[in-house]
Amino acid sequence: MKAEGIQAVAWLLIALPLAGAAILLLGGRRTDKWGHLLGTGMSLGAFVVGLAMFVQMLGYDPEERRRTIHLYEWFTVGHFKLDMGLLVDPLSISFVLLITGVGSLIHIYSIGYMAEDDDRRRFFAYLNLFVAAMLLLVLADNYVGLFIGWEGVGLASYLLIGFWQHKPSAATAAKKAFVVNRVGDLGMVIAISLMFATFGTVSFTQILGEGAHHLGMVEQVGQGTATAIGLLLLLGACGKSAQLPLQSWLLDAMEGPTPVSALIHAATMVTAGVYLIVRSGPIFELAPDAQLAVTIVGAATLLAGAIIGCGKDDIKKALAGSTMSQIGYMVLAAGLGPAGYVFAIAHLIAHGFFKAGLFLGAGSVMHGMKNDVNMRHYGGLRTMMVITWATFGLGYLAIIGFPGLSGFFTKEGIIAAAFDKGGTSGMILGGCALLGAAITAYYMSRVMFMTFYGERRWEEDVHPHESPKVMTVPLMLLALGSLFAGGFLVLGSFGHFLEPVVGGGEAHGFHLITAPGIAAFVLMVIGVAIAWRQYGARKVPREAPAGSFLTVAARKDLYGDAINESLIMRPGQWLTRLAVYFDNKGVDGLVNGLAAGVGGTSGRVRRLQTGFVRSYALSMFLGAAVVVAALLVVNV
Amino acid sequence: MNDFPWLSVLIALPALGALGVALLPRGRDALAKQAALGVSALVAVLTFVMAAGFDTGGSRFQFAETYDWIPAFGVHWAVGVDGVALVLILMSVILVPLVILASWTDADRFGGVVAEGESAPAKSVKTYFALVLALEAMMIGVFAATDVFLFYVFFEAMLIPVYFLIGAYGGPQRSYAAVKFLLYSLFGGLLMLVAVIALYVYGPNTFLLADLQGLNLDPTVAKWLFLGFFIAFAIKAPMVPLHTWLPDAAGQAPAGALVLIVGVLDKVGTYGMMRFCLELFPGASKWATPVVLTFAVISIIYGAVLAIGQVDLKRLVAYTSISHFGFIVLGIFAMTSQGQSGAALYMVNHGFSTGALFLIVGFLLVRRGSARVDAFGGVQKVAPLLAGAFLIAGLSGLSLPGLAPFVSEFLVLVGTFSRYQVAAVIAALGIVLAAVYILWAYQRTMNGPTTEAVAGFKDLSRRELAAVAPILAIVVALGFFPKPVLDVINPSVKHTLSVVQQTDPTPTVAEKGARP
Repeated sequence: MKAEGIQAVAWLLIALPLAGAAILLLGGRRTDKWGHLLGTGMSLGAFVVGLAMFVQMLGYDPEERRRTIHLYEWFTVGHFKLDMGLLVDPLSISFVLLITGVGSLIHIYSIGYMAEDDDRRRFFAYLNLFVAAMLLLVLADNYVGLFIGWEGVGLASYLLIGFWQHKPSAATAAKKAFVVNRVGDLGMVIAISLMFATFGTVSFTQILGEGAHHLGMVEQVGQGTATAIGLLLLLGACGKSAQLPLQSWLLDAMEGPTPVSALIHAATMVTAGVYLIVRSGPIFELAPDAQLAVTIVGAATLLAGAIIGCGKDDIKKALAGSTMSQIGYMVLAAGLGPAGYVFAIAHLIAHGFFKAGLFLGAGSVMHGMKNDVNMRHYGGLRTMMVITWATFGLGYLAIIGFPGLSGFFTKEGIIAAAFDKGGTSGMILGGCALLGAAITAYYMSRVMFMTFYGERRWEEDVHPHESPKVMTVPLMLLALGSLFAGGFLVLGSFGHFLEPVVGGGEAHGFHLITAPGIAAFVLMVIGVAIAWRQYGARKVPREAPAGSFLTVAARKDLYGDAINESLIMRPGQWLTRLAVYFDNKGVDGLVNGLAAGVGGTSGRVRRLQTGFVRSYALSMFLGAAVVVAALLVVNV
Repeated sequence: MNDFPWLSVLIALPALGALGVALLPRGRDALAKQAALGVSALVAVLTFVMAAGFDTGGSRFQFAETYDWIPAFGVHWAVGVDGVALVLILMSVILVPLVILASWTDADRFGGVVAEGESAPAKSVKTYFALVLALEAMMIGVFAATDVFLFYVFFEAMLIPVYFLIGAYGGPQRSYAAVKFLLYSLFGGLLMLVAVIALYVYGPNTFLLADLQGLNLDPTVAKWLFLGFFIAFAIKAPMVPLHTWLPDAAGQAPAGALVLIVGVLDKVGTYGMMRFCLELFPGASKWATPVVLTFAVISIIYGAVLAIGQVDLKRLVAYTSISHFGFIVLGIFAMTSQGQSGAALYMVNHGFSTGALFLIVGFLLVRRGSARVDAFGGVQKVAPLLAGAFLIAGLSGLSLPGLAPFVSEFLVLVGTFSRYQVAAVIAALGIVLAAVYILWAYQRTMNGPTTEAVAGFKDLSRRELAAVAPILAIVVALGFFPKPVLDVINPSVKHTLSVVQQTDPTPTVAEKGARP
């Protein structure tokens, strides 16, 4: 159905922050004074538009909530007609509210956090660019539009990780994030090509159908094609959502300013892979093998991320490992099909609140600790920054799944859904999810205890203090989300709200007392207890002890970088060097060899030119001969 | 208005301009520059006026003119443009005035680079600009020619101004780079000349393109003639293994000239493959397709890997172009409408994208006296505009969605995939490599602590900004609104595909409506 009213101008959502970015970037230093206000205003404006669209949607019958907005024809080539349009439905509006809501809070927080930075205006320009691209990603009504947003958020992420680009480590991390993501994009591009070759279109409506009950062309393809598309999309999702084997960039991405880690590398962008899989549900449901792959990636990453989180002394990196792990939960749920979609999205939204709150809380701690990120230098901060402690604490209770808080409802749902899958795979996946819950309780308690409890371990010249209001108010609002979002979504009617898009009506019920639920609670308590024994009851040394084999592995990100380096980077460098050598010496080596000897004196060049002529001629003839020979050999 | 000899005027105007600038008295350098800029701007305006009258639904070659030239050999002065030729001419006439603006002081400084121990010989400033205008005339001519012999004449004549631009105004090793360029090109040209003459002998004793289509050539003869044309074009739009002249030329040529050499001149190669190889020898083209696709894929990967390994920015961009030309050739020989329209659009987008990159590298060269990657570091801090322009140009070079080159690369990949899956998948690896070569170069030159040598850099001047900003604006605009250009290109591609008798593969699942 066509959109009406405020929904008909859904493009405003994208246009507002995009205009903000354009004004701030093109306006340059002239906009320094008010740039942060404009940026925040544009984000808030988009939130208001999104909220109005949401209210309007609630007024429609559930089956009529899927609305499309045609923007313009991008191109027509042959039978490939590509229209740019937006799709407003319960799934996309959920993301819109998360992105603009949490996004606006983080904009406000950044006014304080970046106050001392000379380039604050540029920072807000990039944040706005990010919001615009992310909204395009979730609102596009076709895979190419989604991909444009997908790469747009990648660009914003690149610019923001490398925001302090004079630091070589930041510049390297930014490039790494982009390049690793491009490997995922390779999957996206081939998936889109395959979809075009198969369906002749890339539109969601035509390929996927209109919601859960109106089937699209995908129903007519064989399982092989569906599996291929699914696996390629999964590769894309792995890149953007930092899932194994493309996880390595996320930990380095913490080089960016902390609000960036909160918004992009925790709450929104990194969940794009989950959105992609849930949106493409009809494809995955036809491809059990691809679904299995999704669950395996999710389960493996949720464990790997949690283990990495245990070994980090850098508060941001501990949280980054946690993000990997929590997204692993979402991906696992998304791989379970309609039974898991609602929990995947509910956990995604709840996680958006509590993880943003945790990261901003970490930022607030760093703000008071002269930007030191090492938790071994913290300790006893509870009394020095009460609001930060309280809000961080609520986020902490939410993420470990403390009964009644956000994460409890959503994570419980995922664990139960994994066991409900049945069979051996259900047991294994559910077991991984349970184990992950225990480790989560451990590493998050470790962060909590090391930072806010125990002895004060900071240096003389550090004077911890609470952050200004402009930073603590967003913390408090996000803490409300940590408290209530999960329960509101799972106990409320979020399942019914999403049902027209993702189906699976029966599966969304929540049962308070289940066997996995009890197990999860017990494991959580055990995790907290172990952490208390190690980091609460005992003194935490300022220098990290050598640690066991597992600790060392966790500190080194489970050797992810080492594997990439030895399997890809080093062979790549050798290949490059070899190719350069070959091109210089092999293809027309004589020429360049002589050139090096000549050293640029034109008089001598002239004398040697007859020699050149011969070698050029030789290399040209060789080149041409290769082409001709290949043609003759292959075809005659 | 269509009776007006638009194309002949557009060719004559810069040619006369070149003559006029060359004949200016010594010491009137400023006037020479202003005159060159004025003439090229006028050419651009006139071309746009002509293009406004182009009818996308009209006859194939529009603004066509045909006059007898050498009746004894059936040679005509025949010009006309279809959609592909039109957009390439438009790209050329937009780039020329911007190049003139960007190289305003380059000739004064002799390319900015003088080798140690070599005194900078005084070079004629006016000649530099006269050569650029002469080159513009030939570029318009070569794209507009609808007579094969006329095309050949322009194809060869173009070498002369380029030879002098590299050989007289280039870097320390300009002389041998120029000779290498000339010899490679002449070799290709010679093969083409043989093929052109043979075409005359075997054909209906005319060189008009229209009369040469649908010839009933002996398949073996067609194959050899195809090869003659193809190798000439594969040297021009350098395909591995015929590419080695380009990096050397790029390393030595002045940046402004490079924009025209790589951005426009080399397109004659891919344009020639589309126009002449496919349309004159459709059977032989299909015969050669598997091998051509293989070399195209090799060029994509090989060019990208070598770009990663370069230590000189000009050579780096040259190798990225070899990779991009691989994509263009891939799209042409995939023989689908998406592939070929994408390839034609790629030629335009690559002209702008690489043009911007070369201009910016030129700005860096003028500031530092070297284009080596390790000569820079932390430029962003002192010259944010320059770094920002470099980043946007670079991102267009890696085909970021939202910028023009993405549309064309995407179309080429999609169009190739629908017929040759393996080739498309390997080619797609190029998008990962592109991220590596662009961002690594950006990181090493623009990021990190500002080095001493860079600390005194001035940011972009108004003149430099005026030269590069329009190109970047075009790159953004075409990224979001590619339809106007594609609508002009599509009918030409449709014609080419009908000549080679290829239709697009149909999707495996046709829409049959939703099942209950």
